[in-house]
Order: sequence, then C-alpha cells, then structure tokens
Amino acid sequence: MAKATVTFADIGVTVTVPAGTRIIEISEKVGAGITYGCREGDCGTCIMKVVEGWDNLTEPSVLEGKVLRDNYAGKHHRLACQAQVLGGDIAVKPA
Amino acid sequence: MSPKAVEHAIADRRPIEISPRVHWIGALDPDIRTFDVILKTANGTSYNAYVVRGSEGVAIVDTVKEEFADDFFARLEAVAAYDEIRAIVINHLEPDHTGALPELMQRAPQARLYISFQAQLMLKALLKRENLEFTPVDTGDRIDLGDRSLEFLHTPYLHWPDTQCTYLREEEILFSGDVFGCHFCDPRLFNDTCGDFRFSFEYYYAHIMRPFREYVLRALALIEPLPLQVIAPAHGPILRDRPTAYVGRYRELAAPRLKREIFPGEKTLLIFYISSYGNTARMAEAIYAAAQEIEGVRASLYDLTGGETNSFADLLEEADGLVLGSPTINGDAVKPIWDLLSSLTVIDMKGKLGAAFGSFGWSGEAVRMIEDRLRGLKLRVPLQGVRVKLIPTPEEIEECRQFGRALGEELMGRRANRVIDMSELLSSNA
Repeated sequence: MAKATVTFADIGVTVTVPAGTRIIEISEKVGAGITYGCREGDCGTCIMKVVEGWDNLTEPSVLEGKVLRDNYAGKHHRLACQAQVLGGDIAVKPA
Repeated sequence: MSPKAVEHAIADRRPIEISPRVHWIGALDPDIRTFDVILKTANGTSYNAYVVRGSEGVAIVDTVKEEFADDFFARLEAVAAYDEIRAIVINHLEPDHTGALPELMQRAPQARLYISFQAQLMLKALLKRENLEFTPVDTGDRIDLGDRSLEFLHTPYLHWPDTQCTYLREEEILFSGDVFGCHFCDPRLFNDTCGDFRFSFEYYYAHIMRPFREYVLRALALIEPLPLQVIAPAHGPILRDRPTAYVGRYRELAAPRLKREIFPGEKTLLIFYISSYGNTARMAEAIYAAAQEIEGVRASLYDLTGGETNSFADLLEEADGLVLGSPTINGDAVKPIWDLLSSLTVIDMKGKLGAAFGSFGWSGEAVRMIEDRLRGLKLRVPLQGVRVKLIPTPEEIEECRQFGRALGEELMGRRANRVIDMSELLSSNA
C-alpha cells in the first residue's frame, strides 16, 4: 500500500500513514492542536491549514467546499475530518 | 412615560416607545424559572423585539417565543401595519426570538428577512421550511429605511454561531441580541426604572457568554467605537441609562478572573489529583516535581478534595496545561474529576495541553476516559497517560517523572521533532 507522511507543524510530529488515511484518524492521537466538533464535515470546527502538499490530499467535496466558504476559510484550508491522504508528503497545522 | 405608565401599557398589550421612531413590541415571561436547561432565573425573563420606523418603511428586529406571539402581534399592530414592513432582522435564531417569525412572514409576505451569513446553515433546520428567502448579511452591510438605516455587526458565537448585532446609527441604538442581555423580568422595562438586575446581568454573562470569551473581545472591538444612546438587548432591561457602562463591564468580565502572576516566557501546568490510598497522590507528586524541573514551567499541585470546582475553573481559564490524576473505581474516574471537567464547559480550553494519570486496582479505565473527555473539550493530548497498578514501584515512579518532564517539555515547545508510524499510534492506544 502506498505510504505517505503527514507532518503536524504545530507540534513537530511526522506520521507515516497508508494512503486513504483521514487526518482526523491521526491528529488527535499525536496531540496536534486541530480540534473537532461534529466530526462529520458539517460544523467547521476542524478547519486546518495545509502548509505543504495540498495536491496530496483528496479534493474537497461539494459539501466540504460549502462549509469552508460559509466559514470564510482561507486559501489552502481544509476540514481535517474530511481530508484524506493520497500519498507523498503533507504538512498541516490548526487554522 | 412614567414607570407606572409603562407597566400599564405593557399589561394592555401596547407598544413601548424608546424614541418616536423605535418601539419595544416584545413580551414578558414572569413565570419561567429554568431557561435552556442550564440557566436559572429568579423572576422570569423577557423576549424583547423592536420596531424601527423610517421614512421609507418599517423594520422589525427579532420576535418572541412562540407562546407569546399574541402579545407581540398586538403590540406590533398598534404601531405599524403589516404592509409597511420592509425588513425583518433576526439577530439570533434561537426559538425564543424566532417563535413568531413564521407567522410574521405570512402576515408580511413582502418583507425581506435579514440574518447573519452564519445563520443560513441553521435557518432551515430551525424553521423546517423549504424555499425560505432571505438576505445573509455581514459587518458593513446595511438596510436603508429612508431617514433611518440599520447596520449589521457580525458578532458570531455570542452565544450561537449565527448571532449578530444591529445598529441604528441615526439614533445610536444598538439592538444587541443576547449580548448585554439577562434573564430578568420587570414591567418597568428600562434599566433606570426597573429593579436591581446586576446579579442577573453577571450570571447571564458567566453562563452564556464566558465560554466564548475570545468572541466577546472581537465583538467589543466592533461595538466600543459606536456612539451609544441605548442598548436594546433581546432579554432583560433596555439599557438607556449609561449604556456604555455595560459595554465597559463586558470588557472587564472578558478579562481573566485572576490577575496573571507569571513572568513572560513562563507557562503554567496545573496538576489535580484525587487519591484513595495515596498511590495516585504519589504519582502526582512525582509528575509535579519533574515538570517543575523544566525551565519555564510553573507547575502547581492540587488535591481535588480540598477545593471548590468553580475556583479551579477560574484557575484553569488562564492555565496553559491541565493534568488530572484519578484512581479507577467501578471502572470509572471518580466524581470530583467529572465535576471539574463538566465545569470547564463555561471556559475556553481549546488548544491547551491536557493529560491524565492514575493508579488502579484491576482494570484502570479512568485514565483513558479522562483523556477522551479532554479531547472532547478540545484540549490536545499528545502524551499517553501513565497507569500504575496499585502501589507504584520505584521504576513506576521514575516513569511518572519521565512523564512529568515530557509534559513540561511539550508545554514549552521543546520536544524534539519526531517521526512515527501510524501503526505505533494505533497499538499504543489499543
């Protein structure tokens, strides 16, 4: 299975993960500062900034795009509960 | 109007003049004692709604709880005709302010509904109606009513995501929604004539606004520059006497309860424990001593049985990290721990460092349960807590010391960058 790395820039931890992993599956376990509310892509609590490897994440769905817009999320922001790793290197931090 | 005349007019379902162009058309609810499950009120509350008349139309600001709709419509009809209404502004979608909205929209179908852009997500879920037409607004947007206009201030999370304030610049009146409000029912209606509502004002802030302290500060930055003759909130007395004093009080309340007593560059780590046979206490002391060795860490140690939960919440509001030690009794953490954790819903704990530890007899579930709750409260929990079976051995005390040092380093941002495999994470949390 393809491997990827996700770096949580706020705490300096890099995790090697299989492709398909969602950020939510690892960020809490490593104690990164990204926080969650509904955990199902609706509330916008877990908006994070992708500081590296934007293209190494799945594209935002239409619904995620709407939540990001409704919350005035900036460029290169994603919902950590929705974004899935495709491969390569990614770095994220709390928005 | 004299206070007595106001009382009579309210009893007769008449509107109350705030200025020649602005009237109160709300309702009094003197009998309610528990509000929103979490709030008590000793003498009821009011649902404040307002009419603003401009040379080119009328605007309604907020409505009332559904069961009081008759009062609202009677007062409204005494001051405006439905076909004059051009705008309906809802500062906050909670049902106590939108109970009469569906009926009002039917009676004034030409009126445009204005809500904050963050209210859009909630409107449909709340009103259960399809094809609702509305205009989402943000700070800087305004409605022109001829010689009067309404400006919007985006003040989210006070206390729902949708909340906003509306400012009538020509009369310097702020329709503030729940901000500056309180649950206090007095038919004299105005702050200079009604009974003493200071306790209700403070209580309302402490329970409704305090969890959103950062948002209160952002809202104050928008509100403080405005000239204010009147603050017209959605609950409680209308603040026409010294309105800016209430803005100032919010500024004070939004400051930390306790004066910050640490030096620049220091971070505070509060360690709370509860212990039945002294084992969790010994672990706490080892963690405390070791964390204190890390430069910059100001650690404090508290036995939960010796303090009041509310005072601890005040401490935690300003702390950088929280560590909780609990034994496991009947497969659970003990009640004082849960009491402390549930008290933290009124303060903002997001992003603080959290951790747990504890001694146990045979199964030891408490530590992981506390860690889960800390994550639920939006703390970050980067280190898996230490669990010790019954009496800690010297090796286990050393493990506690390492845990304390690691917590201190984490707090100070000095832990070395690490690379780990996801499988390690999964196995360590199994």
